[in-house]
Amino acid sequence: MSVELTASNASQVAAALLQERRKAGSPAMGMVLTLVVVVSEEGLYDAFKAAKAVAREHPARILCVVRRSGRGASNLDAEVRVGEGNGGGESVILRMSGELVGHADSVVLPLLLPDSPVVVWWPDKPPDDVANDALGRLATRRVTDAAAIERGRQAAIMRQAQLYQPGNTDLSWTRLTPWRALLAAALDQYPAKVTGGSVSAARSNPSADLLAAWLCHRLGVGIERKSSKGPGVTSVRLATPGGDVEISRPDGRLATFSIPNAPPRPVALKRREIPELLAEELRRLDPDDVYADVARSLCLLAGVTPVPRREEAADPNATMPPTPTRKPPRRTLPKKAQASKATKKTTQKTAKKASGSRARSGRS
Amino acid sequence: MTVLPTTAANPLRDPQDRRLPRIAGPCGMVIFGVTGDLARKKLMPAVYDLANRGLLPPGFSLVGYARREWAHEDFAKIVHDAVVEHSRTPFREEVWKQLAAGFRFVPGDFSDDVAFDTLCQTLAELDRERGTGGNHAFYLSIPPKFFSDVVGQLKEHGLAEGTPLSWRRVVIEKPFGHDLQSARELNNVVSEVFPPESVFRIDHYLGKETVQNILALRFANQLWEPVWNANYVDHVQITMAEDIGIGSRAGYYDGIGAARDVIQNHLMQLMALIAMEEPISFDAQSLRIEKQKVLRSVYRPARLDLHTSRGQYAPGWAGGEPVLGYLQEEGIPPDSHTDTFAAIKLEVDTRRWAGVPFYLRTGKRLGRRVTEVAVVFKRAPHLPFAATATEELGQNALVLRIQPDEGVTVRFGGKVPGTAMEIRDVTMDFAYGGAFVESSPEAYERLILDVLLGDPPLFPQHEEVELSWQILDPILEYWAEHGAPDSYESGNWGPQSAVDMLARDGRVWRRP
Repeated sequence: MSVELTASNASQVAAALLQERRKAGSPAMGMVLTLVVVVSEEGLYDAFKAAKAVAREHPARILCVVRRSGRGASNLDAEVRVGEGNGGGESVILRMSGELVGHADSVVLPLLLPDSPVVVWWPDKPPDDVANDALGRLATRRVTDAAAIERGRQAAIMRQAQLYQPGNTDLSWTRLTPWRALLAAALDQYPAKVTGGSVSAARSNPSADLLAAWLCHRLGVGIERKSSKGPGVTSVRLATPGGDVEISRPDGRLATFSIPNAPPRPVALKRREIPELLAEELRRLDPDDVYADVARSLCLLAGVTPVPRREEAADPNATMPPTPTRKPPRRTLPKKAQASKATKKTTQKTAKKASGSRARSGRS
Repeated sequence: MTVLPTTAANPLRDPQDRRLPRIAGPCGMVIFGVTGDLARKKLMPAVYDLANRGLLPPGFSLVGYARREWAHEDFAKIVHDAVVEHSRTPFREEVWKQLAAGFRFVPGDFSDDVAFDTLCQTLAELDRERGTGGNHAFYLSIPPKFFSDVVGQLKEHGLAEGTPLSWRRVVIEKPFGHDLQSARELNNVVSEVFPPESVFRIDHYLGKETVQNILALRFANQLWEPVWNANYVDHVQITMAEDIGIGSRAGYYDGIGAARDVIQNHLMQLMALIAMEEPISFDAQSLRIEKQKVLRSVYRPARLDLHTSRGQYAPGWAGGEPVLGYLQEEGIPPDSHTDTFAAIKLEVDTRRWAGVPFYLRTGKRLGRRVTEVAVVFKRAPHLPFAATATEELGQNALVLRIQPDEGVTVRFGGKVPGTAMEIRDVTMDFAYGGAFVESSPEAYERLILDVLLGDPPLFPQHEEVELSWQILDPILEYWAEHGAPDSYESGNWGPQSAVDMLARDGRVWRRP
C-alpha cells in the first residue's frame, strides 16, 4: 500500500502512517528503531532497497530524506508505504525543496518512533561534521560511508576520524570485521609477538587505512600501508620472530591464511554488500569504543589533532533528540568519556561504561 | 559467559570489541553415523552455515565414519547434496571449496579395530596437513547401544585423550537413556573415557533463540520479576505439540513414547528455565546450579491417576486429511501401550513457587505444531466492576511462543468500545517476525560452535539428566502398571483424561 501526499507536512504524513496501519488491521508493531536515510535522488533507489533489506533483520521505520533544489517555494512531497516487504515496518520517502531543504529535521523529528533509537545513514556524501548536522543531532547512531564517495575517499575517512563523536561510525570500518576476526584468530592460533607488518590494498581504500591504524594501535608496532591493484584489501602481513602471519585475498572472494609451522589454508572472505554491512552496524547501537580508538589512532598517525569528544551522546539511552531550535551542544567540554587504555595520555579520565561486558553476556 | 581460550595473550582481542565473532580455534570434527538423517539434515548444513558465516577456523576438517564403502570424494558429494538441500545460508562455491578440502571419510564398523587405526592415522594426517592441532570433537550421531563400542574404541586407540595443549570432546544426542538406571549406565560408559567437562549433551531446544530469550526476558527486565512468583502466578502450562504422527520412526518410538521423548528433556529444561532463581552469572556452572536446584525441588502429585494423563492417537481427520491411528502405523504392534500423548502435573517446593502447579504436556497428532510456555496469572483480587462487565475477562497471561511463531504474547483485559462498561481479553504481541528469524541461526549452528569453542552453558549436564529421570520414572512405572493409554482422536488436543486432570484443579488447558 502506498499513499502519495503532495505539498504536505509532518502531521499529514504521521496521519497517513496511522491510517495505513489501521487499514492493514493494525498488525503488531515490531519496529525497533527509526532509520533515517539522507540520500540524493540518484542514490535513492539503491539506498531504499538496502534499507528495506536491513529492515527485515531490524524492523524499522524508514524515513528517506531527499533534498531537492533549494530554490523556489518550500514544498514537501511524501510517499508513505506500510507493510510491503519491509519486515512489517513502514517507510516514508520525503522529498523536500525550497527553503525546507535547510530544515529537514523539522519534518523528521515528529516522525521518529517514540522512545527508540534513531539511526541516520548517509549512503553518499555526508555533511562534514555529521554529529553537528541538524539531522545527525537527532540520531543515536550516525552511519557514513567514506568508500561511497567518488573522489577524496582518504580525505573523507580522515575527516570522519578527526571529527569523530560517540555514535559516529563508518561502513569502511564495518567492512573490516571479517578481516579483523581472521587476524585475531590467526594470533589465537599463533600467539607470537608481532614486530611489524603491512596492509596492502587498492589505492585510496579507507578500510585499509583503518585496518592499518587498528593493527598499529593494538599491536604497538608500525604498519606499512602498501598499494596494490585491489579489489579492496588484498593482503595483511604480520611479521613475527618465527615467520610471517599472512592473509592474502587477491580476488576479493577466497583468501589464503598462513601462519608459521602450518600449511597454508583457504578461507572464504567475501566482500560484503551494503545491506549486510548496515545490518551489522545496527546490531549494536551504543558507541563503538574500538572504532573511537582507531579513529584517534588514525589521526595521530597522520599528525592530525582530533576534535574533543562530546560526553552526552555516549549514553545509548539518550534517544530524546534535542529540539531543533536548541543551540548546537558545545564541543569544547573537557574530554572525559571514551578514553582507552592505549590513549589515555593527557587529562582524560576513563569514564567508560561497563557496557562491553554486559552486552557480551547478553549474547547468550 | 564467553571465555576465549587465549584472550589474555592476543593483543587483537579487546573485550570492548563486540563486532569480532568468536571463531573456534584450530579443530576438526568426527561424525559417527554420518549416513543418518540428523547428520544429513542438521549437522552438515549447520557446519556449512558456520563456515559461511566465517565462524569456523581455517583448516577445519570434517571426518565421516560409517559402514559404507565410500571414498573421500563420495563423502564430499553426500555432504554437498545435504548442504545444498538443507543449509540456511546461500550456497557459495568459495566457502564450499574451503570446507570440502577438509573432508575425509573412514569406512568401518563400530567394532572394527582396523578402521579405528585408519581413523587415528587420518586425524594425525589432518593435524599435519590442515593444522587441526590435535583438537577433535567426536559427534556420536548413533543409537545409544553403540556408544560403549565407539567410546571404548576411542579410548583403546588413544583418541579420547587430549594433551595439555589440545582437547578431545565427545558430543552425544538425546535420548540420554530411557530411565534413571539406563541413563546412569550410559553416563558410566562415557564418563569412563571422557571427563565431564569434555562431554557435551545436545538438547537442540536449548540452542533455540527463543529459549535463550527466556533468560533475557526474565533476568534483563524489571517488569516480570516482581510478579514471577506464587503471589501472582496461578499456574504454568508448558506445551509442545506436534501435528505429525510418528512417521518412519516406529522402531525408535515404540516403547519410548512421548514422555520419555519430550518431557524428560525439552519440557523439563524449559520448566527449569522458567522456575529457576537468578544465576549469579551466565557461565555454565552457575546456570547448572540453579537448574539443578529447581529440578531437585520438583515433586510429583501423590495421586498419579488424578494428575497425569496419557493417550494414544486414534484414526481420524487431522488438518483436512484422513490419518492412521498409532496402532495402525507400520511397524507398531497392535497391542502397544506406548503413549503418544503425555500430560503431567508437577509442583516446585520453593517459597517462590509454593502451590503453583506446572502442567507439562506433549503429544503427536495434536491440533497444530506449537511449543509454548504460558504463565497464567491469578485473577485480580477485587474487581470494581459489575459481574456482567467482567464476564468475558479471563486470567492475565504471559505466553512465550517458542515455535513456530516465535515471540511473546501478553494477554490482559481491555474495555470494549461503547457506552457500556464491558471488559474483554485483548493481546499484545511481540514477534521475532518471520524474516527476522530467517537470519537468526539454527540451534545446531549455535551448539556445534559452542562445542568447538568449549563453551558449555547451553548443554545439560549429567546431574540434570538424572534429576529429570528421577522425577519422571515413578510416573512411567505407574503408567506401565495400568494398562493401555486413553485413545484420542487425531487432530485434536488430546484425551478427555487430560481435560479432566485440569478440571479437577478448576483450570483448563489453553488452546495454543
